[in-house]
Amino acid sequence: MTSASRAASAPASASGIRASRRAPLGWTAAGIVALCASVAVAVTIGPADIGVADVWSVIAAHLGVGTGAEGVSPIRDGIVWDLRLPRTLLAAVCGAGLAVCGAVLQSLLRNPLADPFVLGVSSGASTGAVLVVVLGVGGGALSVPGGAFIGAVCSFALVMLLSHSLGGTTDRVVLAGVAAMQLFSALTSFVVMTAADAETTRGVLFWLLGSLGGAGWSDVWTGTAVLVLVLAVCLGHARTLDAFAFGQDAAAALGVQVARTRLVLLCATALLTAALVASAGAIGFVGLVLPHAVRSLTGPGHARLLPVCALAGAVFLVWVDTLARTVLAPQEVPVGVVTSLIGVPAFVLVLYRTRRTR
Amino acid sequence: MTLNAERVSRAAGGRLVLDGVDLSPRTGAMTGLLGPNGSGKTTLLRLLAGVLAPASGLVTLDGRPLHRVGRRDVARRVAVVEQQTDTQLELTVRDVVRLGRIPHRRAWTPASAADDAVVTDALERTGLTGQADRLWHTLSGGERQRVQIARALAQEPRELLLDEPTNHLDIQHQLDVLSLVAALPVTSVVALHDLNLAAMYCDHLVVLAEGRVVARGEPAEVLTTDLVAKVYRVDAEITSAGPAGRPHVRFLGTLPG
Repeated sequence: MTSASRAASAPASASGIRASRRAPLGWTAAGIVALCASVAVAVTIGPADIGVADVWSVIAAHLGVGTGAEGVSPIRDGIVWDLRLPRTLLAAVCGAGLAVCGAVLQSLLRNPLADPFVLGVSSGASTGAVLVVVLGVGGGALSVPGGAFIGAVCSFALVMLLSHSLGGTTDRVVLAGVAAMQLFSALTSFVVMTAADAETTRGVLFWLLGSLGGAGWSDVWTGTAVLVLVLAVCLGHARTLDAFAFGQDAAAALGVQVARTRLVLLCATALLTAALVASAGAIGFVGLVLPHAVRSLTGPGHARLLPVCALAGAVFLVWVDTLARTVLAPQEVPVGVVTSLIGVPAFVLVLYRTRRTR
Repeated sequence: MTLNAERVSRAAGGRLVLDGVDLSPRTGAMTGLLGPNGSGKTTLLRLLAGVLAPASGLVTLDGRPLHRVGRRDVARRVAVVEQQTDTQLELTVRDVVRLGRIPHRRAWTPASAADDAVVTDALERTGLTGQADRLWHTLSGGERQRVQIARALAQEPRELLLDEPTNHLDIQHQLDVLSLVAALPVTSVVALHDLNLAAMYCDHLVVLAEGRVVARGEPAEVLTTDLVAKVYRVDAEITSAGPAGRPHVRFLGTLPG
């Protein structure tokens, strides 16, 4: 590790001095505008040929503003209000949630590769959800999100246990995560292949690859509620997360109750991941890629990083999902496939960068 | 009143790392912790910082048991500079120094003007004002130690604990870091390897061997040929040729056994 290679790896830092990168609320405001614009445009795009003005008048009518949407058939009204809008909003919620989970996990575990998908949490949540859907585990008392949450917590516990007994270093966490991801994916496939009929299998697999196709308003409300709750918890810990920059001991010496903080934040991210997986399946790499991009804009302070991460993740997934449902229309590509296609090269880039900065 | 350790013990891997150690640093003075690798210096510092709890014995801050004081309150009084630290984040010098304000800030509130003033002051006292916007990754080892000391100062501590702060530094930066610490108006406890540096800068020395205190006192009392032979298995000649008549250790070779 030489200072020259450090400097070379930080492109924004010519001669190691960084120009002001902080416009305190600038990025948050820009993110809100971008998100509103993205949602407004994305709902007008789709295989059904509905005019832009009609789409907006339908939405305005449902929101109780505007002159109403006369001349728009009930089917088209349904397409906009019951399919496109909840789907677009759920994409925003999922993108926001996954990006926040990634940012928090990366700081907490001090690992630039941490993300709910890489750490196997998403796979665990999928397994839990599939057990409920296909095998009826819980006998109706357990909802799909409930099953997903238990699965997410189990896989997270497994990853923590494995990485701890393997030495607890940052690369061990990722290796343990990969192991958990493989295990739970295999379990899921096993359950699906042995217990489900062909119809269920197709539906479940599509959903496991990550798809927003089944989005309804209830998913949007649940997801939003959990997102707001978890984001609030994480923002309340923003300063504490900053303290982890130099590791757990340094955080403890700065007055952080490390064990308690880890428990609270790991549970919060597991809860959010579970809620998202339960409605949209395991969408990978959003949580891995977005935080790195956003950190280079806002700097590492979490009070600024987390809100901008949420907004950037939301905008990103709204567009990726729009791409996924239009590129092969009327066929649909699972959104998780698209995020992985974008995410894998980005993953390699992150690995490459950390190799150079070590 | 300051930090105090009474008969503290701590085991690791079935071995006693610290075995009934007392330590009462004098308020405002610089206490040097000496001893070979594995003698328990780092563990003792971690106990004093409250990051680790003693298996038996008691660490107190102003007479109150440290575990009753609360982590945040401890961090407002006691700052720690670790041996070697690194981060994966792209932090500027100012970002790192700002971390020192964390124990003083509340959740949901941004840093206040008072916080910024303390950070600016810490940068100035450590001579880093002109480097505030440089990235951590581009700093040399000595500069990083300086930044960590500035971060510790931003905590506004009355006690400062340093674990071999001169490791991996060239000689100029070793002297530089220690004279900086010696000039601070805080009670400091510094683990050191270099006997001559300890003799030059510390007001008081405590020597550990196998988890026990084997000598304590002023540098001239503690650093003797016998002690160096016993603790380090090294033959040495000790004169008062150091700066201001401080002891100077000249090593002659290792001893058998």
